[in-house]
Amino acid sequence: MNKAPDGISILAGHESAGDAMTPNPYRIRRVAKDTHDTFTIEIEPANGFQNPSYHPGQFNMLYVFGTGEIPISISGDPGESDRFSHTTRVAGTVTRALHNLKRGEMLGVRGPFGSHWPIEQARGKDVVLVAGGIGLAPLRPALLQLICERDRYRQIVLLYGARTPQDILYLKDLEKWKTRYGIDVYITVDRSTKDWRGHVGVVTTLLSGAPFDSSQAMAFVCGPEIMMRFTVMALLKRGMPSEKIFLSLERNMKCAVGFCGHCQYGPAFICKDGPVFSYERIAWLFSKREI
Amino acid sequence: MENQTIEVVLSECAAFKGLAPSSLKYLADCASRLSFAPDAFIFREGEKANRFYLIEEGMVSLELSVAGRGVMTIQTLKKGDLLGWSWFDAPYQWHFDAKALEPTRAIAFDAAAIRARCEEDHAFGYEILKRFVHVMAERLQAARLQLLDVYKPHTL
Repeated sequence: MNKAPDGISILAGHESAGDAMTPNPYRIRRVAKDTHDTFTIEIEPANGFQNPSYHPGQFNMLYVFGTGEIPISISGDPGESDRFSHTTRVAGTVTRALHNLKRGEMLGVRGPFGSHWPIEQARGKDVVLVAGGIGLAPLRPALLQLICERDRYRQIVLLYGARTPQDILYLKDLEKWKTRYGIDVYITVDRSTKDWRGHVGVVTTLLSGAPFDSSQAMAFVCGPEIMMRFTVMALLKRGMPSEKIFLSLERNMKCAVGFCGHCQYGPAFICKDGPVFSYERIAWLFSKREI
Repeated sequence: MENQTIEVVLSECAAFKGLAPSSLKYLADCASRLSFAPDAFIFREGEKANRFYLIEEGMVSLELSVAGRGVMTIQTLKKGDLLGWSWFDAPYQWHFDAKALEPTRAIAFDAAAIRARCEEDHAFGYEILKRFVHVMAERLQAARLQLLDVYKPHTL
């Protein structure tokens, strides 16, 4: 029987609500185009203050002055403690403004916020990361940390589904992870193009042959919610226990600290109780239309 | 897998899991091993569907030629996947092209013989049907998800 979430931690890492609501000034180090509609922005603290540490899976609120503020997952290497990287798609006013920022320009940052991928719990196990579309971005820091501590884990498998070959994120990284770090990387696209010689089909089709032992593995899943629903079904069918499956959820966020209620998800808030949840915790909510 | 007898391979593959030994033996007796070089066609749209395949190694694309758009890959299949169900559905003609993308090895089954056995022995036929319905259901679900175009950017 699945239980409703309990245990609430408000404002972890922040001394007061005031601190959590005040953006810190950050400077743009770099804006790099990833695909035709996605980009990665690299930022560093301005005015000499120390960049806070973060855990893979957490997010920041990025504030483009005079335009607006949005939540974006951290996509950088947790080992690079002096900066944050964020990968996103140009989808609206704020992301367009972010994309147009130039090196040296400023923006406001609140965070890091939220729960993280339980990487420590995966020690000694196989780790399966299943990413769909831009959902690879919040999984990238987790994979980089796994690579950094490679000996502590058994098989590491990345299953990645993209819309088309042109939409594949971090192409160079994917190649490097596969060839240099022994990660089992499988990529599939929903829609093929003439030159594509790889897999075609939804990401769940990669699960049947993927090299991991379901009884000794943990899965981290991030992508559109419908993709995650089908992925969870496929993982359960392969015999993975629901408490070993973790998902990163997304809802419209405003305050990021559980005050405003915009991201309410049943009795939880995505911003402070999530975005990373164990499937066991949210299974009873996961396919409810009203949520 | 290459050195194993076909019967052993069939008994260990997920697609035929749980089949009675006599049924596995019959399937193995109707099967042979084939290899395909990259870009070789395993079958073409419109041809008689007189075989089906279990992919032992490699990757196969299912393709369709679309006027004005060229050849479209609908889906790829990999090791352990069953290829083809038109052999089970009259008029037994392939609806797509199947092409090896990599050096591919497959076990090919004599579909006419297996169809005939299904007609004669309904218990055997039902067991075979269950397995192919399972494959078809999985592919239908995957195709529906593909149709949803879940990664398409959307505006809130």
